[in-house]
Amino acid sequence: MARRVPVQTRIGFTILAWAIALLLFSPILWTLVTAFKTEAEAIASPPTFLPQTWTLDNFGAVQDRSDYVKHATNSIIVSVGSTLLGLLIAIPAAWSMAFAPSKRTKDILMWMLSTKMMPAVGVLIPIYLIFRDLRLLDTVHGLTLIMTLINLPIIIWMLYTYFKEIPVDILEAARMDGAELWNEIRHVLVPMAVPGIASTLLLNVILAWNEAFWTITLTSGRAGTLTAFISSFSSPQGLFLAKLSAASLLAIAPILLLGWFSQKQLVRGLTFGAVK
Amino acid sequence: MGSITLEHVNKSFGEVEIIPDISLDIRDGEFVVFVGPSGCGKSTLLRLIAGLEDTTSGHIRLDGQDVTDAPPAKRGLAMVFQSYALYPHMSVRDNIAFPLKMAKMPQADIDRKVEYAARTLNLGSYLDRRPRALSGGQRQRVAIGRAIVREPKAFLFDEPLSNLDAALRVNMRLEITELHQQLKTTMIYVTHDQVEAMTMADRIVVLNAGNVEQFGSPLELYKNPANRFVAGFIGSPKMNFVDGAEAAKHGVHSIGVRPEHFRISTSEGPWKGTVNVAEQLGSDTFLHVQTDFGLMTVRADGDQTFKHGDTIYLTPDQTRIYRFDAAGKAI
Repeated sequence: MARRVPVQTRIGFTILAWAIALLLFSPILWTLVTAFKTEAEAIASPPTFLPQTWTLDNFGAVQDRSDYVKHATNSIIVSVGSTLLGLLIAIPAAWSMAFAPSKRTKDILMWMLSTKMMPAVGVLIPIYLIFRDLRLLDTVHGLTLIMTLINLPIIIWMLYTYFKEIPVDILEAARMDGAELWNEIRHVLVPMAVPGIASTLLLNVILAWNEAFWTITLTSGRAGTLTAFISSFSSPQGLFLAKLSAASLLAIAPILLLGWFSQKQLVRGLTFGAVK
Repeated sequence: MGSITLEHVNKSFGEVEIIPDISLDIRDGEFVVFVGPSGCGKSTLLRLIAGLEDTTSGHIRLDGQDVTDAPPAKRGLAMVFQSYALYPHMSVRDNIAFPLKMAKMPQADIDRKVEYAARTLNLGSYLDRRPRALSGGQRQRVAIGRAIVREPKAFLFDEPLSNLDAALRVNMRLEITELHQQLKTTMIYVTHDQVEAMTMADRIVVLNAGNVEQFGSPLELYKNPANRFVAGFIGSPKMNFVDGAEAAKHGVHSIGVRPEHFRISTSEGPWKGTVNVAEQLGSDTFLHVQTDFGLMTVRADGDQTFKHGDTIYLTPDQTRIYRFDAAGKAI
């Protein structure tokens, strides 16, 4: 029997949910409207909510000052590239941890996760020096490599959890049917784990897209991604709130759209296996 | 060809020894059933033969060739799992075709073989469905179809019927037996159900705690059990055992009488008892009788109308009393 919830409670929760959602959305909304204001109106006190005069000048100015297309291209290469490279390493790793675990598997998983607990700045100097010596500074492939490495623990963990949900019988059946390891992974494991792999892929594209610390410290003009693009507008030379907003909007728009369209897939993947 | 030989096979998981030492000789074309209580090592033994587990020591030979270290894919055996283990993302057709695709068979041959298997197993109209759109019995047929298309040296069945309901189980049991008669390929079948073992097997391996208690034909096991364990495991309802003074009269540690080997009387007989429960099955009536030596199960014919509290007298058939020594070995 369905649980009955009084109407007042339902209305109360609905209002609360909307209020929380609006609160979370307000910075993005504010950025959105500010991007269409003039610089003067953007810093006006008391602030206006909607622009008095709508203008697209900020977007033009932003494109003139820094090359949006170049930064966006770098973002796409780094986020997609690092995710694909990560999956290539993580799928076999997660397979072996989920289906052929050793006594140390749990320890290795915890150790991998522990690397994410350390602040990134802790390894800044060694990594910077390594990048300098290998001539990887301000290169797209260098940035892709570091993004792969920092997100690898999360990719492996997520895939490991999804793979654990796959009945081992089915993989054994594939082995009995004559599938060698590679065919077992390609024809059976991966297709069965598609929801999990897809949400891992999406989440990591988002993480890599939004990553700022390594992007800003390891790149300058050539290999900068959209996070470097935004940060270049928050310089101390002056307050250009409207331009900064326009830059931010341009930077987050693609990933916001991706997130919007893949919402269902993301949620399905993140709750994969929760209910059999 | 598909003869399977186990030579001193041992399997341990860390400290725990699952199979101490087993040697078996399974002949080509034979239907062999591994039977035993849960945890007796029967599934592990099957998985060792399949190659899904590695032996700790000992050798496994297929047609005389040592395959102890060969991966499952190289052994040429097919397995049907308890959970069916169908590929959920593939259609029935692709499920059945998968082993052939792995063997890199030309597409035309694959199509022909899949059609043939589907016809044999009455799956023709389901070929384009996904496994989740099939009933339990149909899924089991697909699993069998996937096993037969590759014409393996031997089939391995791991409790394939235990997820099916009782009526379907009897049906599938017959189908598998017919399949064996038709294909004449070696089959090894694991079950905990002694009825399945008795009805399907050419020979039965009775396992207990990782040891082979007896290996023989169903009737051999029924008529001449090697020990008390086999005597108690084979036959339904179970054999009655009596220890102490009554057994001493026969000069042994314990005796066993099967439920069907009693004469029942209301007036005379050596063993007096009271009917506790009478289970009427129509064809037979199983009486659970409280006697001086404990509870006895007795098979009476279906027309008997004994009820709770009736006093009856039991006479065991003297020619069919099983005798066991203190270690449980049959004498």
